[in-house]
Amino acid sequence: MPSNDSPARPNRSVMARGLRVIGTAIRAEPRIFTGAVLASAVYGIMTVGSSWALGRATDDVVLPAFRDGRFHTGALVGAALLIVGVAVLKAAGVMGRRILAGVMQYRMQARSRRAVTRQYLRLPLAWHHRHPTGQLLSNANSDVEAAWAPLAPLPMAVGVIVMLVTAAGAILLIDPVLAVVGFLIFPAIAVLNLIYQRKLSPLAMRAQQLRAEVSEVAHESFDGALVVKTLGREDAEARRFQARADQLRDANVAVGRVRGLFDPLLEALPTIGVLAVLLVGAMRLEAGDVVAGDLIQVAYLFTLLAFPVRALGWVLAELPRSVVGWTRVQDVLDATGSMEYGTAGLAGDSPAGVRADGVTYGYLPDASVLTDVNFAVEPGRTVAVVGPTGSGKSTLTLLLGRLIDPDDGAVRIDGTDVREVARGGVSDAVALVLQQTFLFDDTVRGNITLGWDIPDETVWAALRLAQADGFVSALPSGLDTRVGERGTSLSGGQRQRIALARAVVRKPRLLILDDATSSVDPQVEKRILHGLREGAAGSTVIVVAYRMATIALADEVVYLEHGRVTDQGPHELLLARCEGYRALVTAYEREEAERAALDTDEEIVA
Amino acid sequence: MTAVTEETTTTGERPGGLQAAERTAFETIRHGLRLSPEFRVGLAGTVCLAVLATLGKVIVPIAVQQVIDRGLGGGVPDVPFIRNATALCAVAVLLTALCGYLMNVRLYRSTESGLATLRGKGFRHVHDLSVLTQNTERRGALVSRVTSDVDQISTFMQWGGLLVIVSLGQLIVATVLMAVYSWQLTLLVWVCFLPLVIALPRFQRLVARAYIRVRERTGDVLAGVSESVVGSAVIRAYGSEDRTSARIGAAVDEQRKAQTRAQQIIGFTFPITELVAAVAVAGVVVAGVALGVSGSITPGRLIAFLFLITLFISPLQTATEVLNEAQNAIAGWRRILGVLDTPADVADPENGATLPRGPISVEFENVGFAYPGGAPVLHDVAVEIGPRTRLAIVGETGSGKTTFAKLLTRLMDPTSGRVLVDGVDLRNVRFSSLRERIVMVPQDGFLFDSSLADNIRFGRPSATLDDVRLAVTELGLSDWVEGLPAGLDTQVGQRGESLSAGERQLVALARAYLADPDLLLLDEATSAVDPATEVRLARALDGVTRGRTAVSIAHRLSTAQAADEVLVFEHGRIVQRGPHAVLVEEPGVYADLYASWTSATHSS
Repeated sequence: MPSNDSPARPNRSVMARGLRVIGTAIRAEPRIFTGAVLASAVYGIMTVGSSWALGRATDDVVLPAFRDGRFHTGALVGAALLIVGVAVLKAAGVMGRRILAGVMQYRMQARSRRAVTRQYLRLPLAWHHRHPTGQLLSNANSDVEAAWAPLAPLPMAVGVIVMLVTAAGAILLIDPVLAVVGFLIFPAIAVLNLIYQRKLSPLAMRAQQLRAEVSEVAHESFDGALVVKTLGREDAEARRFQARADQLRDANVAVGRVRGLFDPLLEALPTIGVLAVLLVGAMRLEAGDVVAGDLIQVAYLFTLLAFPVRALGWVLAELPRSVVGWTRVQDVLDATGSMEYGTAGLAGDSPAGVRADGVTYGYLPDASVLTDVNFAVEPGRTVAVVGPTGSGKSTLTLLLGRLIDPDDGAVRIDGTDVREVARGGVSDAVALVLQQTFLFDDTVRGNITLGWDIPDETVWAALRLAQADGFVSALPSGLDTRVGERGTSLSGGQRQRIALARAVVRKPRLLILDDATSSVDPQVEKRILHGLREGAAGSTVIVVAYRMATIALADEVVYLEHGRVTDQGPHELLLARCEGYRALVTAYEREEAERAALDTDEEIVA
Repeated sequence: MTAVTEETTTTGERPGGLQAAERTAFETIRHGLRLSPEFRVGLAGTVCLAVLATLGKVIVPIAVQQVIDRGLGGGVPDVPFIRNATALCAVAVLLTALCGYLMNVRLYRSTESGLATLRGKGFRHVHDLSVLTQNTERRGALVSRVTSDVDQISTFMQWGGLLVIVSLGQLIVATVLMAVYSWQLTLLVWVCFLPLVIALPRFQRLVARAYIRVRERTGDVLAGVSESVVGSAVIRAYGSEDRTSARIGAAVDEQRKAQTRAQQIIGFTFPITELVAAVAVAGVVVAGVALGVSGSITPGRLIAFLFLITLFISPLQTATEVLNEAQNAIAGWRRILGVLDTPADVADPENGATLPRGPISVEFENVGFAYPGGAPVLHDVAVEIGPRTRLAIVGETGSGKTTFAKLLTRLMDPTSGRVLVDGVDLRNVRFSSLRERIVMVPQDGFLFDSSLADNIRFGRPSATLDDVRLAVTELGLSDWVEGLPAGLDTQVGQRGESLSAGERQLVALARAYLADPDLLLLDEATSAVDPATEVRLARALDGVTRGRTAVSIAHRLSTAQAADEVLVFEHGRIVQRGPHAVLVEEPGVYADLYASWTSATHSS
């Protein structure tokens, strides 16, 4: 399983980190937060107000009416209006708090989601190779959600702190000794909370990790659904997924155990406090230190404390999960290794010259895929890169297009190290058609222009060159047809041709084709190659190919074996002097000749 | 995955996509609960604990108040009474907390078990759906259906469901008590709340719609993120990070708007209970005074009644809250039911036949096929493939080759005609038997994020490492494997991306080869492999396919040259068939294809 490569964080208290997360949100949305807290305070005050209003109505209107046997309509209506009026304010408070708390929570979620996904786009391919898609989905989804979960109950908790402080102040004024006894619940709550955060954090971490793993398995399995189906492995995959889902279940139940204990205990504590106050109070009453009225008032004030304590509890309960989510999100945001960019430009319309100077690259530290690769391509020339499967051709194209940077050596375009080129400079000048075609869930036009402002005629011209104009014009909505996720509604050959059109429409100074016509029929490929030769006068072309027709287009061939350039030169020359090259490109002919010979043998035998 | 659909079938709307049955909210909940029987395990006990915990919450304040009134009521405090009472109360508080704890644990256990089952069922059904249906959905959105959509249900299940029961009980008790004090005032209260009771379902529908939007937008966000991650290379190659970021940003924004909107609706509807309650209280004050003046009610009873109203309101408020949360859960349930309701139209037959292993014959009987809502793409195909033959299928892109392959492997069912294996209709063959006998190697060799050996073993998990080694050797791939950093233990990365496309195809081929089917179907399975390796592979397969039937779809006509028979497709029909040597002499599609192939591959 891919490890969660978060570095072990300094073991600061969960509580402090949780508060910092909350602080971040408050700093980001100070006005919304203030509004929500004020609304919550209105609610708190009006909650007290409504019982006051009812009391006033009882004392001033109801009881006199009963006593006198008649009533003033005006006073009665006034009392009724007072009750309704207080309720309107209370309702407004609830409404304001809920809506504003929601706005705050969702804004923070959206912020984090954007930050995380921007980071995904910024981080290098190497980082992506190490992180499963499912995990990245989970980071952007459930981790973000967990991180900002305390924001929903937060305004309530802060708003009712007013209640807490008022009640606590009143208690202190009445009798400091009873106050001290009662306030013992606060250290008790603190201790309870500390234990809770300690116990829950690792469990929440595990649950959140498993959540990501469940997502990973699902994503991978759905991605490979065709293979699962064709090999009849549905049951095995279901078992693999269920195993993870069951682990998540157990982790969630473990979280539930801790939380399920914390919640009732937190609710019980204020009541215990009231009981303690009563007991001590009764003894002090007996000793004559307080009067009965005071004691009763203190006891009632304590019951008032219960509500803010509970509201605080909601926030505290969410903190460990929040910190876990936040940490996981932060690990993505803190990930380093983004590509560095310089300031140089690759402007111009003329074909670019390319050089690889001692380029060495390995995906893993000890295993180079390319070793000391050197070659140069003059502007406007076409070079074929040929080599056996796994010899490093695709890696070379990634280096030339600066999707990855060499471990050693340099790739130079027009003499400039591509690492010195400003952001976007390389991709503006170089178009790379990858071996693995990827289309966006967008229209045909969107997939070709990728947001550039390109007139339709130019798009059609590119499609013509890629031999894709025929089938695109036959699509139900032409250029506006949506191709489905990764272009699933198109065939492999059709997808490749759209990818090709995407590259040529940019009129790149350097066009790199990594076996970009493998799914295209030979006849269609031939037409494409002819078109390229005539149309790509403005481009230098590097093409990874096996087929003789493609190689024949090239002015020169670079032959790779085991990540090294073993020979380079014109095709005929290599054919004559490089054995590996000859064996590779003439494999079909030899096969055919052998078969013909075999058939002749059989005929002779027969 | 890339299922190669040769013809464009889908545009804006997607025929054959996921389809949820129309259900009311109540039916959705009932159906959802039925799918996870674990929810009900020990429910009675949990409800009892819930009632006890709730009772405790009510009793404790009353007891405290009793202590204050009775113990401190007189001039002198009754200290022994208070001591006993507080001790008793403390015990009650702890017992209540214990009940609450036990209830929580039971609830967590049953709901999490139920949700795990639901996830599993949803996941399994996604794999049961036909390739066509799978392709109508974006992977990221499908993932959300078994992850975050299911998560939405848990909150409701963990506190909502029980609260409804408890609240209902409280509501009934309050009504009865109120009626004992004054039936007229009780009637008045109910009249005040009646409009709310009527309006509530309407609000709920609004809330429900809002939540469904939230779930859909969440699916969009996940699909967008998934796209940006899977397409990371292309995005970088074309410098379209900003555009992609803007696209995801838009999806995130839509999600935020949907969430805010849902919260607004709830924010507006929730306090209405509060207002109605105030109106009811005011009404009771006015009417109570009127009644009191006429002598029908005493002041004590009126005041008691006023307190009872709060007992009546709080469960109503809770119920509104719970109902809102229920809508969220229902939205989640609907999304997962959307998967489960969609029929697996290419399904494993009940009591399907298990065919004996051995030489296999396949027959296409006047087979036609059209994608849902599309024109026919295969017409009246009739062909027999005898045991131990090597068949090559050629034709231009879009001629129906891949459709033929999908019908042969039963990834789809024909719209007319039948496909028979050893005389049995494919639709009547058990999947396990079918997948054992016929295996297709698609062009895109999808690999799982695991070791090379594990991937090769995927088709036959029981295979030992020696079996894997043998397969690799037999296919002539040992040199290649030796050259990898860790040999068979090399990790292939996500989707196999640590390997090149050609290498992935080698693994996919070895995987199918080790699975050892009676019919091996290669759909452009070596398109990215270098010619020398391909020729070597072809020979290796040749050597071992002597016993089995081999069907290859290839642009590279070297395959066709080696086959016993070639089927030539054009516009969804078989236009030519016969051995290469014969076809190449006839003027026609094949001769043209061959001519262009030779000119593309030959040095002279």
